[in-house]
Amino acid sequence: MSKQELEKVAGNGLINRRHLLGLGLAGVGVAASSSLLGADAGMNLEIPSWSKQPGPGASGYGSRSKFADDMKRLSGNPNPLYPGGGASRSPLHQLQGSITPNSLHFERHHAGIPDIDPSQHKLVIHGLVRQPLVFSYEDLLRYPMVSKIYFLECSGNSGTLFGPNPADGTAQSIHGLVSGAEWTGIPLSTLLDEAGVEPEAQWINAVGADAASMGRSIPLNRAMDDVMIALFQNGEPVRPEQGYPMRLFVPGCEGNISVKWLTQIKLSTEPGHFRDETSKYTDTRLDRKSLQFTYPMGTKSVITSPSGKMKLERQGVYQVSGIAWSGRGSIRRVEVSADGGRTWADAMIQSHQSEKALARFLIPWEWSGGDAILQSRATDSQGNVQPTRTSLVTEKGNISTYHFHGIQSWAVNTAGDVANVYA
Amino acid sequence: MSMLRKRITLGALSFSLCAGISSAVFAQSLGSPISESQLRGFDLIAPPDGSGYPEGGGTAIQGKVIFESRCSACHGMEGEGTSAATRLVGGDMQSEERPIRTVGSYWPHASTLFDYVQRAMPADAPKSLSSSEVYQVIAYILNMNGIIEASLVLNRDSLQQVQMPNKDGFIDSSQAL
Ligand code: HEC
Repeated sequence: MSKQELEKVAGNGLINRRHLLGLGLAGVGVAASSSLLGADAGMNLEIPSWSKQPGPGASGYGSRSKFADDMKRLSGNPNPLYPGGGASRSPLHQLQGSITPNSLHFERHHAGIPDIDPSQHKLVIHGLVRQPLVFSYEDLLRYPMVSKIYFLECSGNSGTLFGPNPADGTAQSIHGLVSGAEWTGIPLSTLLDEAGVEPEAQWINAVGADAASMGRSIPLNRAMDDVMIALFQNGEPVRPEQGYPMRLFVPGCEGNISVKWLTQIKLSTEPGHFRDETSKYTDTRLDRKSLQFTYPMGTKSVITSPSGKMKLERQGVYQVSGIAWSGRGSIRRVEVSADGGRTWADAMIQSHQSEKALARFLIPWEWSGGDAILQSRATDSQGNVQPTRTSLVTEKGNISTYHFHGIQSWAVNTAGDVANVYA
Repeated sequence: MSMLRKRITLGALSFSLCAGISSAVFAQSLGSPISESQLRGFDLIAPPDGSGYPEGGGTAIQGKVIFESRCSACHGMEGEGTSAATRLVGGDMQSEERPIRTVGSYWPHASTLFDYVQRAMPADAPKSLSSSEVYQVIAYILNMNGIIEASLVLNRDSLQQVQMPNKDGFIDSSQAL
């Protein structure tokens, strides 16, 4: 098949996503690259050494290939003035699909990871309830559970993009505070009903068992909705850095509210006004008023490949791939531009489109060796469209740097270098 | 709504009573009753209504000594901070430039200061201060911010009277879609 048969659907080389469906593109891709590459041509293939001797047998706990062990979370240096505090970011540029392996799920801790013995851990529900209750881990394991795939994103993810100058970073360093997993747990409403919510209760105050005793408040109407007490993550017990033995999980909302190491739920008429919902995780507007309890994460997408600090080695067809999500619904549409937002083409959404989960998108793009600016723009099931960076920053200002969900731009120069730019 | 919920819970209760020994299968009501008095040492929540404040108290003058030995290594001798995140004093929400947001300029409720210091500070030894020490050290932080007099005995009653400069600066967005 020749290049001419590829249907261009937007400026600067974007190719109709329908080419992903048949063999068409694969054929073209191979043809295009082998004609340019040529290096392997004429090489005789031999049987490799690993095909000539048995390998090690089964093991109790699996590990990844030593050839793929460069995939790591990115974290800052430990700070003695902030013991246990800080974050690590998922290697978005190396991951595929829409589920993040547990060992690569992003982290944010305010006082480190507590080493909790589940047989000693308690979950208390009290305050404005008919009967205050205490649950052990064993008790909770006996309840019927639900499993759902959700994204989790730190409120501060991509916050650097509020700044005046574009960070010279990667998809991981800029956007890596988002991950996706299947969470399994008990609907919070089950346990609240068991304790018997008093009619005057309007809020729950959730507190963790870490050294910061992280506290957050959630309105009761939300708490009775799709909030769960998560005990499992991708099938295994929630990892210590994600809240073992249990965390609150509030789908679609800023990560901090999904309180880890959950130990206390107190029902009250008013929110607790904890430090992390007053001093932090609040959004000061240009008029100096600050929005409090801004939970949902915005409609957002990020191109993970090609992305910052990658290099396109040769001209030809590339798969532009990334993730999209919305705290208010499912992802209905992702458009991609290769000319800085002048023209757009619809990407294929590869994964199932479920509520408040990561969706993987893909579109073929032919790089002709010139300058290009790659952008993606998501639309969710509520009709929310991801805004441009300029309109987001104009509207929100940059006093606060939470909830960045604007369109981000990767520039490709004629040398094939990819860099974050403001366009 | 709550009536309905009550009826459902009652239904579930009588159902599990009928189910008797097979309650494990139906899994309702596995929590054990506990009383609020049993939770007194466990519940650290100190909301703005003052309901969470313990006994004890003291002044900023007493708090200065605690601050200088337990807090200043990370927060600076005058609360100026060792980083933007650890600055505790100063700032002005109405400043021309980007406002510096601290306990003094930004926090809407004094209760949050009690609540947070009691649960999370000092960061290298959280929950190591007595209730009176918490009152004293937060009195010093409030005093450095010009919010209370150094001689004021801060306790559950006087803390309830403290007005923060930015108390009207917040908008509850919890019901925004
Ligand atoms: C080992 C260093 C360290 C010590 C000692 C320490 N703090 Fe802190 N403090 C921090 C850090 C780091 C933060 C920010 C924590 C975060 O963001 O999760 C903080 C945050 C705070 C805040 C909230 C600031 C804001 O604007 O949100 C207050 C109030 C506070 N500390 C009070 C105290 C008091 C009072 C003491 C002494 C009793 C103390 N701290 C001792 C490191 C320390």
